[in-house]
Amino acid sequence: MAYKRKLTWSDVTPKADWLNRRQIMAGASGLGLGAIAGPIAAAVPIERDQTAYEDITSYNNFYEFGTGKEDPARYSGAMTTDPWSVQIDGLVERPGNYDLADVLKGMDIEERIYRFRCVEAWSMVIPWNGFELRALLEKVGVQPSAKYVGFETLYRPEEMRGTRSPVLDWPYVEGLRLDEAMHPLTMIATGIYGESLLNQNGAPLRLVVPWKYGFKSIKSIVRITLTDSEPPTSWNKANAREYGFYSNVNPEVDHPRWSQATERVIGGGFFAPRIDTLMFNGYAEEVADLYAGMDLTRFF
Amino acid sequence: MPVIEAVNAGLRRVPTWPVYVVGALPPVWYFYLGLTGGLGAEPISEMEHRLGLLGLQFLLLGLAITPLRRFAGINLIRFRRAIGLLAFYYISTHLLTWLLLDIRDPARIWADIVKRPYITIGMAGFLLLVPLAATSSNAAVRRLGKRWRQLHWLVYPAVLLGAVHFVMLRKGWQIEPLVYLAIAVILLALRLRIRWVTAVMRPDSGR
Ligand code: HEM
Repeated sequence: MAYKRKLTWSDVTPKADWLNRRQIMAGASGLGLGAIAGPIAAAVPIERDQTAYEDITSYNNFYEFGTGKEDPARYSGAMTTDPWSVQIDGLVERPGNYDLADVLKGMDIEERIYRFRCVEAWSMVIPWNGFELRALLEKVGVQPSAKYVGFETLYRPEEMRGTRSPVLDWPYVEGLRLDEAMHPLTMIATGIYGESLLNQNGAPLRLVVPWKYGFKSIKSIVRITLTDSEPPTSWNKANAREYGFYSNVNPEVDHPRWSQATERVIGGGFFAPRIDTLMFNGYAEEVADLYAGMDLTRFF
Repeated sequence: MPVIEAVNAGLRRVPTWPVYVVGALPPVWYFYLGLTGGLGAEPISEMEHRLGLLGLQFLLLGLAITPLRRFAGINLIRFRRAIGLLAFYYISTHLLTWLLLDIRDPARIWADIVKRPYITIGMAGFLLLVPLAATSSNAAVRRLGKRWRQLHWLVYPAVLLGAVHFVMLRKGWQIEPLVYLAIAVILLALRLRIRWVTAVMRPDSGR
């Protein structure tokens, strides 16, 4: 298994120190984010293997290409990602149709090793490359009245065979509260293991919100809209009882059809046991404050 | 039709034991594939899914045998017991995969059975199949007589439960499980029709 290595504290800490310094700098530049809780060393605070590149790129949910786990790897090659542009609109200072190069201009691409927990109770550890969403939002200027961010995936049926069946209401849409979007853990990924994102992983740009179930981390983004009301999200539209707007990883709030208390680690093989799922996927120290006072069984 | 007669004549010459031998292989093969990386990144759920699907397909195949004879004249009746027992074998290994490889923790297994409707329904389907598998021998058929046929009607609710289980466990409304459910409903409807027609044509034969 190429690319597989044990992640230990000594691997994580130097990078974490560096990230932490960056954040303190960012915080000092007057973003009004307040104190950033805890060092980002918590990016992966437990010892877990990084998931093999083959597994990250062959076991995917990307229903635009089919509902099977191998469908995205098999069929997403048909998606054209060059040229690519992102429509950024709504309550922003500088709305427009931004070319991929314009989106990336001035962004500081770094590696972040995050846990990734799917709502289907499996998980990976993924070394992403990308930049903080906050940096992009600051570049386009968020108007003071904005409270939410909506995202939309490419919808091009001739290249996305899965969208020809009505599993979901296409195009796929997702959303975050503005404070979630501005959180330093929230990133836009452009690569994995130092390689450009493959189409099955959401090339060329995707969201990564490590404390939420994987479906929040919308892929192949073509539109970002700042709004003052909660934007619709695809799985919530499909089944509001099962999928809430927040969809934070929470071992205590089960999916109506299955338990969320444990997860299976991808790459563990036949005999690896399930592991316990952590509150906010292990990022509680960084993000729990965002939900202070909220009843998480109601706002699931 | 001569073609069908030829098919039936050919089928009569095929012994049933190879069906058992070949049919026994898939779970073993999947297990081997899982051990050697052939089931992809998530071998446990892949094996679980393949066995569940195979079980459902064999249940439906078993139910198709009577209509096939009625409407197409093809006689597979000799293989029906093997097909039914194999379906039970696949579903048992499907359940075992879930118990021994997937969940493992007895407390959690019980919690899932009582709390997760799709598991409850799958489990009910499995339990309905147990007496059918247990009464598949010639001796049991003889001993139970007419009651054997009545008992084996349980296969219909079992298939329906299995298909509903499938529809429920997929995220969103997916076509594949709905197709299986539709096939189960159609086979059941055909069977009811056959019984009804038989009853009308031979009113003295009773039910
Ligand atoms: C009549 C009996 C049953 C039938 C016909 C059946 C059939 C199926 C089928 C067709 C699938 C989906 C395969 C796929 O997605 O390709 C499945 C999945 C599954 N079944 Fe069953 N099953 C039965 C009984 C059971 C029982 C007794 C259990 C456990 C108590 C069980 C647990 C599961 C689980 C855990 C999955 C996978 C769910 C997931 O990955 O989300 N099934 N079954």
